[in-house]
Amino acid sequence: MNAIVTVVGQDRVGIIAAVCTKLAGYHVNILDISQTILQGSFTMVMAVDVGGASAPFGELQSALAALGEEMGLSIRIQREEIFNAMHTI
Amino acid sequence: MLNQKDILSTIEMIDQQHLDIRTITMGISLLSCCDPDPARACEKIYEKIARSAERLVRTGEDIEREFGIPIVNKRISVTPMALVAGASETEDYVPFALALDRAAKTCGVNFIGGYSALVQKGMTAADGKLIRSIPEALARTELVCSSVNVGSTKAGINMDAVALMGRIIKATADATADRDGLGCAKLVVFCNAVEDNPFMAGAFHGVGEAERVINVGVSGPGVVYHALQSVKGQPFDVVAETVKKTAFRVTRMGQLVAQEASRRLDTPFGIVDLSLAPTPAIGDSVARILEEMGLETCGTHGTTAALALLNDAVKKGGVMASSSVGGLSGAFIPVSEDEGMIAAARAGTLCLDKLEAMTCVCSVGLDMIAVPGDTPAETISAIIADEAAIGMVNCKTTAVRLLPAPGKTVGDTIEMGGLLGSAPVMPVHPESSANFIARGGRIPAPMHSLKN
Repeated sequence: MNAIVTVVGQDRVGIIAAVCTKLAGYHVNILDISQTILQGSFTMVMAVDVGGASAPFGELQSALAALGEEMGLSIRIQREEIFNAMHTI
Repeated sequence: MLNQKDILSTIEMIDQQHLDIRTITMGISLLSCCDPDPARACEKIYEKIARSAERLVRTGEDIEREFGIPIVNKRISVTPMALVAGASETEDYVPFALALDRAAKTCGVNFIGGYSALVQKGMTAADGKLIRSIPEALARTELVCSSVNVGSTKAGINMDAVALMGRIIKATADATADRDGLGCAKLVVFCNAVEDNPFMAGAFHGVGEAERVINVGVSGPGVVYHALQSVKGQPFDVVAETVKKTAFRVTRMGQLVAQEASRRLDTPFGIVDLSLAPTPAIGDSVARILEEMGLETCGTHGTTAALALLNDAVKKGGVMASSSVGGLSGAFIPVSEDEGMIAAARAGTLCLDKLEAMTCVCSVGLDMIAVPGDTPAETISAIIADEAAIGMVNCKTTAVRLLPAPGKTVGDTIEMGGLLGSAPVMPVHPESSANFIARGGRIPAPMHSLKN
């Protein structure tokens, strides 16, 4: 099952490293990463495969949100279907 | 293929434009609960609802978390209670409302609809008992919603029922006088009521429906408002196209959630209701969309035309996005639940007569409007009759949910809190309609009801 991780906030050293380490810790495989600075804000979108994740989706979500709070960022993970439904026919 | 811009635009809609799923409503048939013994019938009703909707709230929360989309309400609608209670040998129907309330609390939902009677052509003994019990039922329960259908394009308008409902609305307000007549916020009078409406207070599970069904109501006035800000000053063709595209996206999300809920709850998917349902939050208002089209204040000249365009474009955009569209599907204009409507009513621009005109082109009717507490029952009945006539002749659903707050008058405001919001008391015409309402009988169905 694929999901989308989005990270938005003030740019700083180590954001990608921290998010990737957290995901690796849960056996979540990263399929694609795109990152940019949008209107001064760090913005990263990752497509990930949570099929082999070592924890339920809710736990993964809480762990990422907690990491976000720690680093002053908004980090969320959502199932990919919601974006497909809204933007593709 | 997804791109970053699309993903971030979805997140912005959810975070900043109040995009949400307004409700997942499980319809449950209670026809199997009929019993001559009223206590036994109530027990069966409680058990069936508690069993059927046991996992509804938890499943809704799971979907909310996994997809990252808020699902504001989880609700239940049931078979119109007059049809079920009619089998029981009792004069007192209030215990049936108490059973519904108890079941709703057990399931953790925030409303249960279906304490209802369908009397568009005539009233059975059970319908009469149920309607007369509404004031006490709504005063003694928290989560039960009630509706009465008094007219239809096919049957005409039952003016005896219209007269009775004026008195029932007043009695309901009096029975909940300590809470500003809050009971009336849970009571709606319909013409052409639909059987698969997921929105309260008017939801019930029609007799033509399956044993159980999942209906979903989407929302998104904030998203439409935001989209229109990018086409300032452009012709109405562009406005309509913009609304359609936005409605399509919002509805696709609703369809996804509906299918997912249906699969997880092992319950057939019914419909997606395409309504633009506002909330009292800033930026989630239908009135502000109309103002964005170029009106200084909602309620001024041009408002009806703006609403007609909005209502139609929402349907056209949404209909292709869902495999089954139903319910009310259009723009709602509840005064107390819409920050822009409240402001327009306070400013005196939006009056009851203009709202009535607007209901000719929107999806429901005179909704959540506070009127003076001393408004005569006959005046309320006459307002219902006007609204039912609009629905009957135009083959559309119309409804009346008035709040005659005891002791309040024009200039006062009633506060209901939460999604119900606050309502400035609006004036009604002081001239009497009593002789009109006293006639009773039935207003015949219009010529164009004879389609066969």
